[in-house]
Amino acid sequence: MTNDTTPPAGGISRRHVLKGAAAVAGAAVGSGAIQGFPTIWAQNIKDIKLLHVGQSYSAIKEIGAQASKDLGFTVEIQVVDPNTQLNRLLTQPKTIDINDMESFDVKRLQGKKILRPVNVKEYKLYDKTVPMYTTGKYPDGREVSRQGTSPFSVQYWADKDGSKLSHYQATDWLTGIPMIYNADTLGMRPDLVGRKIEHWHELLNPEFKGKAALVGYPGIGIMDVAMALESRGDLKYADKGNMTKAEIDKTIEIMIPLKKSGHFRAFWEAFDQSVNLMASGEVVLQSMWSPAVTAVKSRGISCYYAPLKEGYRGWFSLLSPMAHLTGLKADCAMQYLNWYNSGWQGGFIAKQGYYSAVPETAKNFMTADEWGYWYEGKPAQADIKDPYGQLMDKAGSTRDGGSFWDRIGNIACWNTQMDEDKYLTKRWNDFVSA
Amino acid sequence: MKIPPTLVSWLQVGPTALLLMFFFFIPMLVVIAVSFFDYQDGSIVETFILDNYRDVFTSAVTLTEYFNSLKFAAIVWALTLLIGFNVAYFLVFHVHGVLLQIGLFLVCTVPFWTSNIIRMISWLPVLGKNGLINSALIKLGIINTPLEFLLYSDFAVIVGYVHLFTLFMVVPIFNSMARIDRSLLEAARDAGAGRFRIVYEVVLPLSKTGIALGSIFVITQVMGDFFVVKVMSGSQSTSVVSALYNQVNALQYPPAAASAVCLLAVVTLMVAAILRVVDVRKQLAS
Repeated sequence: MTNDTTPPAGGISRRHVLKGAAAVAGAAVGSGAIQGFPTIWAQNIKDIKLLHVGQSYSAIKEIGAQASKDLGFTVEIQVVDPNTQLNRLLTQPKTIDINDMESFDVKRLQGKKILRPVNVKEYKLYDKTVPMYTTGKYPDGREVSRQGTSPFSVQYWADKDGSKLSHYQATDWLTGIPMIYNADTLGMRPDLVGRKIEHWHELLNPEFKGKAALVGYPGIGIMDVAMALESRGDLKYADKGNMTKAEIDKTIEIMIPLKKSGHFRAFWEAFDQSVNLMASGEVVLQSMWSPAVTAVKSRGISCYYAPLKEGYRGWFSLLSPMAHLTGLKADCAMQYLNWYNSGWQGGFIAKQGYYSAVPETAKNFMTADEWGYWYEGKPAQADIKDPYGQLMDKAGSTRDGGSFWDRIGNIACWNTQMDEDKYLTKRWNDFVSA
Repeated sequence: MKIPPTLVSWLQVGPTALLLMFFFFIPMLVVIAVSFFDYQDGSIVETFILDNYRDVFTSAVTLTEYFNSLKFAAIVWALTLLIGFNVAYFLVFHVHGVLLQIGLFLVCTVPFWTSNIIRMISWLPVLGKNGLINSALIKLGIINTPLEFLLYSDFAVIVGYVHLFTLFMVVPIFNSMARIDRSLLEAARDAGAGRFRIVYEVVLPLSKTGIALGSIFVITQVMGDFFVVKVMSGSQSTSVVSALYNQVNALQYPPAAASAVCLLAVVTLMVAAILRVVDVRKQLAS
């Protein structure tokens, strides 16, 4: 019965010894104590496998494959929905090695010792990171909106144990490295709307009765409505990203009659639903994500990601190693994090319309024309293709909303989980069942 | 060696009982326990509270949702019964030859060869504003503007349910009808009963078991659904489970558990009521 899968009782198997040796060697190399042992490193790491778990828009298997090729160990990518991920984080953290999640979920992990705080000194690209993460300011000195979960508010732990977040105060301990981010707004069908859309309040305009749709996630859907209500002048929120019970009530009270009158054609919860709603002409104006707009365009149907005067709703994700990683695996995780923003990934996601936290590295993995189109808002010289070679936009066109700073520099509030989350879910259920 | 008869029964019941024990009763007890706990930030706090149930019973939404689900269940039940009964009747009494019967029966299952999601999504291009039905009606000059109620409405939800669940009615009714002794029908005919009277007084009572089983399938499925409601109504309509699903998504397990327990109680009562009207066991044994 006994074979090499079961170590002899009381003894130490060959495998264990190797693992231990590898860990020691890895730790030594990783800490930079010993130089000049690349061969040992390469041999030890080739059996390492890191499981990167994240959402469909950021956990992309091509990125894992490229990382594996560049780094010499294996990065496996697994896509789950956000709720499953949070569930696994809280109940089975060991089923994840590298955690990739939307910013605000980190608030739930304070003091839980699930994520491993990242020392800024170990993260080599820290100094090149877009300053809205590290100082809360844009390069021109303006302060980034603090409504909702803004980057600077959840970027740092207060201490090396991650016992709590250090809001708006930089420390040596990162909650994770900033990865994919974008600015969201309303998508529209120019051919069916027939005029310019410049304000959020158009979402509630009776002109679009039965032709408007809203994202169905309570925390995000209510923020899009809040943008619209503020723009229409109905309400003024202290913080759209953290409403009081009274503000939630007022918002829902306005939304219920709208829903009853048939203003909204649908509430979508999945990316492809939003694409189908728009492409089929069921709706002409709705909450949308940037790649959904391009997915509609790629079917030859006109679709516009309208820049609005009141600004965008921003979001971003963080990539963190898990606390249970030790030894060589932990070192490899740090290698992966350092690789992550070193350019290849940034170039890849740029072609889907997302931004890198270290744009200057991404630039090296894009053609000048691609960089001009995606980051600088310049007209494309040639046809713009996505990372898979699909046509995204024709030569001569410019990106909706313009350049990187025109879009990211104009974020009004950030995706978040409000303090009154329980109450919001309850009232949102009132709304959808009305 | 002779095994005592009581032991035989225990051995026969045993595997199923164990399965139900581990995969139904114990999880159910956990759900019931959780429904009395508090929660915070996605974690369950183990303090005994009744708030979850208080919220279920005092919320106006609960009422709307139950009303919605019961409404859907009633309408879908009536439609699937009507269609299912007729399809089964046709297959049993009008189709001659077992091979043809089985062939046609398989045809009924064709929509089930693909996934539930695909089946639901395929309705969108049919019922949409620019969909098959609307564009056909407009081209024929019957209507000028597309009928919006066809999709993202209660109508669409019912279409989806009937499409999905009619087969669950056909199968048990078919099964009951196939056991009916043909000589009974001849006797009724000889005694002067007309076609409808035979159906009403002979076939219908003898299909009761199948109807009851089919009804249980259909009603429990509708009461427990949130997906069809979500897709076909564009999340505009809600069922009991859609609110529960929202709570699970927000990691608010205790209130979700409380509504699950309430729903279970309601559905159990409904099934009990059906079984009270039709003694399925007696019918199956005969």
